[in-house]
Amino acid sequence: MKRAPTHSYPGINLGERHASADKAAEVVTFGFWVFLMSDLVYFGLMFAIYITMIDAQAGGPGPHELFDLKSVFAQTLILLTSSLTVGLAMLALKYNLPRGRIILWFGVTLLLGLSFLVLEIRDFMAMAEKGGIPQRSGFLSAFFGLVPLHGLHVAAGCLWLIVLGVQLRVKGMTDVIISRVVRLALFWHFLDLIWIGIITIVYFGGLTYG
Amino acid sequence: MTSPKTDFFGRLSWDALPIAGLLENPNTNEIVANAAAGIVIVGVVVVVVLLSWFRLWTTLWRDWLTSVDHKKIGIMYVVFAIVMLARGVLEGVVMRAQQAAGPGDGFLEAEHFAELFSTHGTIMIFFVAVPFVFGIANYVVPLMIGARDVAFPRLNQISLGLTVSAGMMLMVSLVVGRFSTGGWTAYPPYTGAAFNPGVGPDYWIWAIVVSGVGTTLTGINFAVTIYKMRAPGMTFMRLPMYCWTIICSSILIIFAMPPLGVAALMLAADRYLDFHFFTNDLGGNMMNYANLFWLFGHPEVYLLVLPAYGIYSEVFATFSAKRLYGYNSLVIATMSIAVLSFTVWLHHFFTMGQSALINAVFGIATMLIAIPTGVKVYDWMATLWRGRIRFSVPMLYGLAFLMLFVIGGLSGVILANPTVDYQVHNTLFLVAHFHNVLLPGVLFGLLAAYNYWFPKAFGFRLNEFWGRVTVALWTGGFLLTFMPLYFVGLMGMPRRSFSYDDPSFQPFMIVAIIGALVITCALFSVLIQLWVSIRDRKKTRVPVGDPWDGRTLEWSIPSPPPPYNFAIIPQVTDRDDFAAAKERGVAYPTPDAYEDIELPRNTGIGFILCVFSGIWMFALVWWIWWLAALMTVLIILAVIIWTFDDSTELTIAAEEVRRDHEAWLSLVHNETAVDRDYETSSENRGLARPDLEAVT
Repeated sequence: MKRAPTHSYPGINLGERHASADKAAEVVTFGFWVFLMSDLVYFGLMFAIYITMIDAQAGGPGPHELFDLKSVFAQTLILLTSSLTVGLAMLALKYNLPRGRIILWFGVTLLLGLSFLVLEIRDFMAMAEKGGIPQRSGFLSAFFGLVPLHGLHVAAGCLWLIVLGVQLRVKGMTDVIISRVVRLALFWHFLDLIWIGIITIVYFGGLTYG
Repeated sequence: MTSPKTDFFGRLSWDALPIAGLLENPNTNEIVANAAAGIVIVGVVVVVVLLSWFRLWTTLWRDWLTSVDHKKIGIMYVVFAIVMLARGVLEGVVMRAQQAAGPGDGFLEAEHFAELFSTHGTIMIFFVAVPFVFGIANYVVPLMIGARDVAFPRLNQISLGLTVSAGMMLMVSLVVGRFSTGGWTAYPPYTGAAFNPGVGPDYWIWAIVVSGVGTTLTGINFAVTIYKMRAPGMTFMRLPMYCWTIICSSILIIFAMPPLGVAALMLAADRYLDFHFFTNDLGGNMMNYANLFWLFGHPEVYLLVLPAYGIYSEVFATFSAKRLYGYNSLVIATMSIAVLSFTVWLHHFFTMGQSALINAVFGIATMLIAIPTGVKVYDWMATLWRGRIRFSVPMLYGLAFLMLFVIGGLSGVILANPTVDYQVHNTLFLVAHFHNVLLPGVLFGLLAAYNYWFPKAFGFRLNEFWGRVTVALWTGGFLLTFMPLYFVGLMGMPRRSFSYDDPSFQPFMIVAIIGALVITCALFSVLIQLWVSIRDRKKTRVPVGDPWDGRTLEWSIPSPPPPYNFAIIPQVTDRDDFAAAKERGVAYPTPDAYEDIELPRNTGIGFILCVFSGIWMFALVWWIWWLAALMTVLIILAVIIWTFDDSTELTIAAEEVRRDHEAWLSLVHNETAVDRDYETSSENRGLARPDLEAVT
C-alpha cells in the first residue's frame, strides 16, 4: 500500500484510506495489549514471591554479598537506551522514512539488547563464584526465577528483532509487517517497565531489606 | 534429586510399561492398571482402523485438523472433552467401587488409588470442563455476536492443539510410567523431588503448563473477539447473556492462569534444577504454592461455572418464550462474581495456619459470593414465571440445575465458615459439595448447551426421548452418588482414603457405587442418544435453522451455518435481536447486495505444535534431554517459518454467497412455520411461528 508522506498523524500510518486495515490492526494490537497484561501477572507474582523470600537466605549469601550495583546501573542505561532506539524506529515508521532506517534502529536495539544480556550473564556468573547459585537458598531461587525470566524475555525480543528485520527486508512494508513492528515496540517497552521493577524491588529492595 | 542420566532414552525403560508390573506380581490392582492401559491402546487402534477403513484420513486432515473455522474447532474441543469425560467417569466408578468394597484395603493399592483421584481431578477440570466450556463458546460466541470468526482464528487452532497434546500426556501416562499421586492440586513438598522422585508429578506439571498456555491464549482470543468483533449496533447492553459470561470467563483466564503457570514452573524448577521454592529445607516455603495454586484455583471454578450460567440464561429465556428477566442485574451479578472470585482463594486452606482474623475476612468474602449467585437464581426463576414453558431436554437440565445447584451453593456457604470448615475440611463433605456445584452447575449446563445448539451445528435435532432418559440418569446418578457423601463426610470419613475402618460408612458407599453405575449408564445414554439421532436424522432436519424459536443471532442463519456464518453482517437494533425481528415480521431480510468474503485459509500450525509439544513434554518427563532440546528448537523454528506465510486469506466470491443465501431464503419462504406445540415433531423444519401472546 502506498503511504502519503504528507498525511502524518499520531498512530501508525497504514495508508490514506485504510478503514479495514485500521480495524485489523486495532484488533491485533488490542490482543497484544491483553497478552502483555497476562504476562505482567506472571512478573507480578514472581515479584511477590521474591518479596516473601528475601529473608529465606538459609545462611547463604545475601544481596549485600552478591549484588553489583555498578553493573546493574550499566544494564539499566543500556536497556533504557534501547527503548529510545525502538522509539526512533517507530518514528521512522510514522514519518514514512525509508525502511532501511527502521532496520538500522532495529540493529542498534539488537546490539543494545545483546550487550544487556552479556552483562546480565556476567553478573550471574560472578554471583555463582561467590556461592550465589539458585540451589543455595529460597532467596536465590526467587532471584533466579525472576531476573533470568526477564532476561529470557529480552532474548526472545532479540530473536524477534532479527526475524522481523529479515521480514522487513524480504517482504517490505506490508500492513502485517507494520503491525508487527508496532507490537514489537510495545513488547520492548514492556521489558523496560519490568526492568524498572527489577532494579527497584529486586536490587534496591533486596539491599534495603535483605 | 539424582543427577540426570545421560542415557539416550533418559530414565525410560521397559519397566515403565504396566505389563511389567503384571508379570512380576499378578493381582487385581495390576489387572485394573493393565485394563486401563489396554483400553487406551485398543481405543487408538480402533480409531486408526476405522479411519483407514472408511478412507477418512484426507477428510480428517483437510476438513478438520487444518481447519481454522471456529465452528469446527469448537466441535473438536467438545469431542475431545467427551472422550476425556469417559475416562474421568470410569475412574470415578473405580474409586467408588474401592470404597464400597468395605472396611479394609479393598482391591486397589494405596498408590493406585492416589493416581486415580489425581488423574480424575486433573482430567475433569483441565481436560473435560475447560475444553467443553470453550468448545461450546467457540461454536456459539461468534454466531451470537454476528461475527465471521473469532479475532485470532489461527491462534484458536494452536490453543486446541496445545490442550489436546497436554490431554494426551494423561493418556500416555496410563501406558508408560505412572501419573502423579499428589491430587489435582499437586501440593509440594509431597510432589517435590525428595518425596516423589518418579515421573508422576512431571506428567502433571507439563500437562498443566502446556494446557495452561493453550487456555490463556483462548482467554485472550475470546476477550478480544467479544470486545472488538461485535456486529454493528450490538452494544454491550445488547450482548446476549451467554457472551457476557464468556467475557467474564476470559478475563478470569487472563488473570488466573498465570498463577497456575508460575506455580507449576516453580515446582518444575524445584524438581529438575534443585531450586528451593517449595522444599522443606534451605528456605523453601510451600505456603507460596498453596497461595499461588488457589489464586488460580478459585477463579477457575468460576470461569467454568459462569459460562454454564450463561447457557442456562439462554435456555430459560428461549424455552419460556420470554425475554430474560433482570438482564442488567444478571450482568452486574456476573461481573461481581468475576471480581469477588479473586478475593476468596484462602478458603481452600483455612486450616493451614493463618490467624483467625484473616480466616474471618476470607470467610465473609466467600459468603458474599452467594449474593450475586442468589440474584441469578431469582432472575432465572422470574424468567420462567408465566412463560410458555416447554419441558425440552435443555430446560430439564436447567430445572435440575436450579434445584440441585442451590443445595450445592448452600453447602458452600456452610464451608465458608472457618469454624465449620475446621470440622469438615478434608472429608467427603467437601467432595460432595464441589461435585454438587460442578455436576449440576457446569456439566448439566454443558449438556444442555449440547442439546440446545446441536441442531445449529449439524442441521438436525437430537433425539428427545433418549435426551430425557439421559437427564433422568444424570440427575438420579448424581443424587445417589453424592448425597451419601455429605452424610459420611459429616460422620468424619476423610477424602482421598483408599481404606477405612468404620463399618458404618459402608452402606453409604454402597449407595454411592450404585449411583456411580447409574452415571455410567448416563454416559452411555449420551452416546445412544447421539447414535439414535444420527440414525433418524432425516426426520429431524431443521435446515431453516431456528428449531426452538430462538432469540439471538445464531438462530437467524442456516443450520448448519455456511463457513462464513453470515452472508451479510447483521445490523443489530435490539437485545434479543432475532426475536425482535420475528416479532416485527422483519426476520430473514433479502439483502440488496452481496460482497466478497475473506476467510482465513487452512493451516497446519496447530497440529504441528500439538505433535511437537507432545514430544517435548514426553522428553522432559523422561529426561530425554537431547529430544527436549531438539523439540524446543523445532517449535521456535516452526513458529518463525509460519510467520513468513503471507497467503493466509481465502476469498469467497460474492456470487457464490448470493447463490447459497438465496437458495436458503427460498427455503425459508417455502417452509410452513410451526407452532411450539410441534417443536419436537418432524414438522419442525426450523422455521418458528413466533408465540406472539407470550412475547413480552
